[in-house]
Amino acid sequence: MKPAPFEYLRAASVDEAVAALASCGADGREAKILAGGQSLVPLLALRMARPDLLVDINRVADLTEVSLVDGVLHVGALTRHSALAGQTDHPLLAEAARWIGHPAIRSRGTAAGSLAHADPSAELPVVAVACAATVSVVGPDGVRTVPAADLFAGPLMSTLADDELITSVSFPVPSRWGFAEFARRHGDFALVTAVVADGVIALGGVSAVPVRSLAGEDVLAGGGSVEDVAAAVCAGLEPTGDLHASAGYRRALAAELVGRALRQAGVS
Amino acid sequence: MKVELTVNGERVRLDVEPRRTLADALREDCGLTGTHLGCEHGVCGACTVLVDDEPARACLMFAVQADGASVTTVEGLESPDGQLHPLQEAFVAHHGLQCGFCTPGMLISALHLLRTHPSPSRETIRAEMSGNICRCTGYLGIVDAIQAAAARPCSRESGLSAH
Repeated sequence: MKPAPFEYLRAASVDEAVAALASCGADGREAKILAGGQSLVPLLALRMARPDLLVDINRVADLTEVSLVDGVLHVGALTRHSALAGQTDHPLLAEAARWIGHPAIRSRGTAAGSLAHADPSAELPVVAVACAATVSVVGPDGVRTVPAADLFAGPLMSTLADDELITSVSFPVPSRWGFAEFARRHGDFALVTAVVADGVIALGGVSAVPVRSLAGEDVLAGGGSVEDVAAAVCAGLEPTGDLHASAGYRRALAAELVGRALRQAGVS
Repeated sequence: MKVELTVNGERVRLDVEPRRTLADALREDCGLTGTHLGCEHGVCGACTVLVDDEPARACLMFAVQADGASVTTVEGLESPDGQLHPLQEAFVAHHGLQCGFCTPGMLISALHLLRTHPSPSRETIRAEMSGNICRCTGYLGIVDAIQAAAARPCSRESGLSAH
């Protein structure tokens, strides 16, 4: 349970980090960004990941800023889950962050790290999709902005290039929202997560990536009841069963959790 | 790599491989074997320490990342004259440990809990301590101990400082 040897660079700036990623890739070697490390370091310990270089961005200035501008919360890449849980400008984000892991994980894990890791059961990717968040990404060719829904390619797979780095995530603040998840143990990844943000319904744990339910959103927009919306959401889901929960159980959970999230958002 | 950190108030200079976890550096290089390693991949909580007063799993941080940081381990709890910390006394009094393997992580997590929630409910204690796994006690004694430590007037006055 010890990581394989790697080189370590403590980047002082975003430019230095991107340059290191690019030059490592050009040499045919693998580099990884080290932010909070709460997902990456277990993978290193289990030797499921064996990068040649770790680029530590924890000392990069300007990546921890959180600011509310015109109804959008801009979250610096290094913002810890504990800081997200403690802020009051984006109550949905605060509620979601409180469900992540345990105190010792929330104090280290970062917002951008959670998105880049792209775990379909994690809280923040679902919230990002529900809020139509945008992700600022820096690479050798400059800055680009990616809609959250386009960031996730599959389980633990993002559309980020090897030489790219998330610098911030912008979460529009919904006026009505609901958040519900179910896990067998406190702090575990959820079996299913349901998030309602204004007219958007997004789910985690029912697909390879966080998904929106356009069918459910249509019924919601048409003034449907909680039960009708939940039924429409579930009709469109095709979750896969695994050792944690069968497909049928995940679908039943999704119906219940969508209902809870809708009621929390004020839908009756 | 050369790193310099403060461990329980003492300056420590180390020369470590980048892959050296903070937990291994504390145990092997500093000789502070109170920080226990259970799972070594961030599940069990036994290696929890405070890094700049925030709880962290020492198996999920590399020692090089702690350069310049202040680390508190279970050895930092008792006073220089050997007097146990109020939390340690409460764990003894309320059967908060059996084999003791998880106890260092429990104590550090509990220390942070009482600093951030001075009068926690049992429900809050269970939620906040959920990242620490114990295979012996069934947790009731641990919850009792933390509640008892929170109720002690001296705990409140001292702000539950580590020595």
